[in-house]
Amino acid sequence: MRCGILLWPALLACCGSACAAADYVVMPGGRFESALPQGPAGSVSTPVEIVPFRLRAEPITNAEFLAFVRGHAEWQRGRTPTLFADARYLLDWTAPLQPGAADAAPVVNVSWFAAKAYCESEGARLPTWLEWEYAAAADETRQDARRDPQWRQHILSWYARPSTKAPAAVGGVANRFGVQDLHGLVWEWVDDFNALFIAGDSRTQGDPDLLKFCGAGAISVIDRDSYAVLMRIALLSSLAAADSTGNLGFRCARSVDGDLP
Amino acid sequence: MHARSLAVVLSLFASVPALAARPAGAAAGDFGPPQGAPIRAVLTSPPNVPPALARKFPAKVIVELEVIEKEMPISEGVNYTFWTFGGTVPGSFIRVRQGDTVEFHLKNHPSSKMPHNIDLHGVTGPGGGAASSFTAPGHESQFSFKALNEGIYVYHCATAPVGMHVANGMYGLILVEPPQGLPKVDHEFYVMQGDFYTTGKYREKGNQPFDMEKAIAEQPTYVVFNGAEGSLTGDKAMKVKTNQTVRMFVGNGGPNLVSSFHVIGAIFDKVRFEGGTSAQTNVQTTLIPAGGAAIAEFRTRVPGSYVLVDHSIFRAFNKGALAILKVDGPEDKAIYSGKELDSVYLGDRAGPNLAAVTRATESQAKGMLTLEDQVRAGQQLFAGTCSVCHQANGAGLAGVFPPLAKSDYLAADIKRSIGAVLQGLSGKITVNGQEYNSVMPPMNQLNDDEVAHIMTYVLNSWGNPGGRVTADVVKAQRAAPPAVKPATH
Repeated sequence: MRCGILLWPALLACCGSACAAADYVVMPGGRFESALPQGPAGSVSTPVEIVPFRLRAEPITNAEFLAFVRGHAEWQRGRTPTLFADARYLLDWTAPLQPGAADAAPVVNVSWFAAKAYCESEGARLPTWLEWEYAAAADETRQDARRDPQWRQHILSWYARPSTKAPAAVGGVANRFGVQDLHGLVWEWVDDFNALFIAGDSRTQGDPDLLKFCGAGAISVIDRDSYAVLMRIALLSSLAAADSTGNLGFRCARSVDGDLP
Repeated sequence: MHARSLAVVLSLFASVPALAARPAGAAAGDFGPPQGAPIRAVLTSPPNVPPALARKFPAKVIVELEVIEKEMPISEGVNYTFWTFGGTVPGSFIRVRQGDTVEFHLKNHPSSKMPHNIDLHGVTGPGGGAASSFTAPGHESQFSFKALNEGIYVYHCATAPVGMHVANGMYGLILVEPPQGLPKVDHEFYVMQGDFYTTGKYREKGNQPFDMEKAIAEQPTYVVFNGAEGSLTGDKAMKVKTNQTVRMFVGNGGPNLVSSFHVIGAIFDKVRFEGGTSAQTNVQTTLIPAGGAAIAEFRTRVPGSYVLVDHSIFRAFNKGALAILKVDGPEDKAIYSGKELDSVYLGDRAGPNLAAVTRATESQAKGMLTLEDQVRAGQQLFAGTCSVCHQANGAGLAGVFPPLAKSDYLAADIKRSIGAVLQGLSGKITVNGQEYNSVMPPMNQLNDDEVAHIMTYVLNSWGNPGGRVTADVVKAQRAAPPAVKPATH
């Protein structure tokens, strides 16, 4: 009974306009080599199998998030417990129901809890790091462009620019999978951001004490050329789930058959 | 009454902590818990150093340092996105007292793209504070440490990739003053070297991104003091007066290069090398490791511009590692004269082919030196030493350099001419009816044989009367008092 009560609003929200408009792209999945070690030996690449899934083509926009907080008052600024959202939560909005930047711009200053709640509201979830990394390895023509220095330079050029202004509207060039704005617009939450285990002091990555707890995933990147990816992991590692920053947004994922998140 | 006043005296002592006041079992440099109200640390931008503390007790010192990612020029017309502690490269200078409890606040500006942290080499504890200060954009971290060891220490960011954070300018210095302070000086400066890696070439205009390949190869595009080429030159040069004491806190952020720090024209009276307690005196060049620092002190004596360089010298002249200390004040000629002489110097073996000279020397050794040997050797020596002024044909330059060809001055007194070669000649003379009033410097780099060969060549050339000059004659002339007025200035 209690479950039913909780489920109803979510289902209703899913049938609303926000859900219908959400454009999910099918990701075929397959073997993928992460920049982070996935096997028992930290220095050896162990490919993983990415199960097919669907990923939102675009990050969540201000307009979409506004619709969400209208329907879920508990996620409006000022009503969310600080346990779930820090003092920067939606700080750029001029009012609790009024985004500060363009409707089509990606929502930023959202906590992991808020992002997770949003995705659940449309029957989805946050992508895992591996799903996100797999989707973001592509460029317009190649499924894996990571060896291309130009691909890396494109990513780094965004990293190098301080975010003095609100991010521009979504709608960048789609990659080979049809996913847009994975690079060059905002950082994005992933579901397992706090399991990446990049230490705050990156020089302790080889600490055997850490290895005991965190497995090989704790050590460091396998390919030194992947430092652009490493920088993203460092950013995610610096966050707590209630944190929000002015250039951190999110997108949602769901299973291929659509019913399961 | 007596006992009570004794107690007052004792409590007075207790409130004036000295070095010996450390609690039993505490580490050296631990002078007990912080006293008085918390103090906000004065932070300064390079090349400025916060004032000496002059505090007699350990305090709680609050340091608030803000990380700002910003675009700034690294050279004229060349922009680079620096990551900074406090908006400058190097970051703000922090000054605390040994025994202080430092409450450190690291703030990462909301506009930052990257998370950052800080490892202070003056911290006793894992990571130097790095893990405790890992801070997302738009957030703030706090940690505290007791400054147990005095000295000058580097601080830097240690977020992955560490090398990149350091290469983007994330370093600075923290001074932990000894309890009694440092000896008073007239000027303190903050200078820090760093190497930078851009995709474009040195001085290639426009926005230049970081180049990881060059950084890994340790081949910097720029090596500069205080974050940019020209940051301490021209109007921005450090300025002092003569007879002042100067203390430089010199750090090296790296990330890769070790600095051979040198001030051209100055000798460091004292260097606390590696930032440690030992001091070396009378130092010309001090080695500053990446992630290390030194305190260099000297007294200014002679006015002028003193150039700070990394004496791995191509870095200074081809990558930007130059800074200027300008010293104003009266000249001290007794210590440094300035230029006293500017004259032609050709070297005693300027001629490319001195085979005839060698042959003459061999002949003489065998006692078989002929007139012809002497003339040929003299011709080659003349070409290297004399012909610049007197010309290859001995004609001189009318009114400036007297002729040797058909010279009545030469013919009249050969010994006088030998003397002119040996001791120089200055003032008015008349040669072939024309007056000359110039200066011939002494050619005392020539030995007796060489002068004899030259004179013999001259006497047997260009219509001169002929004859032969031996080394003995030259030797006697060299020993004799000047036959003519020598060259003076």
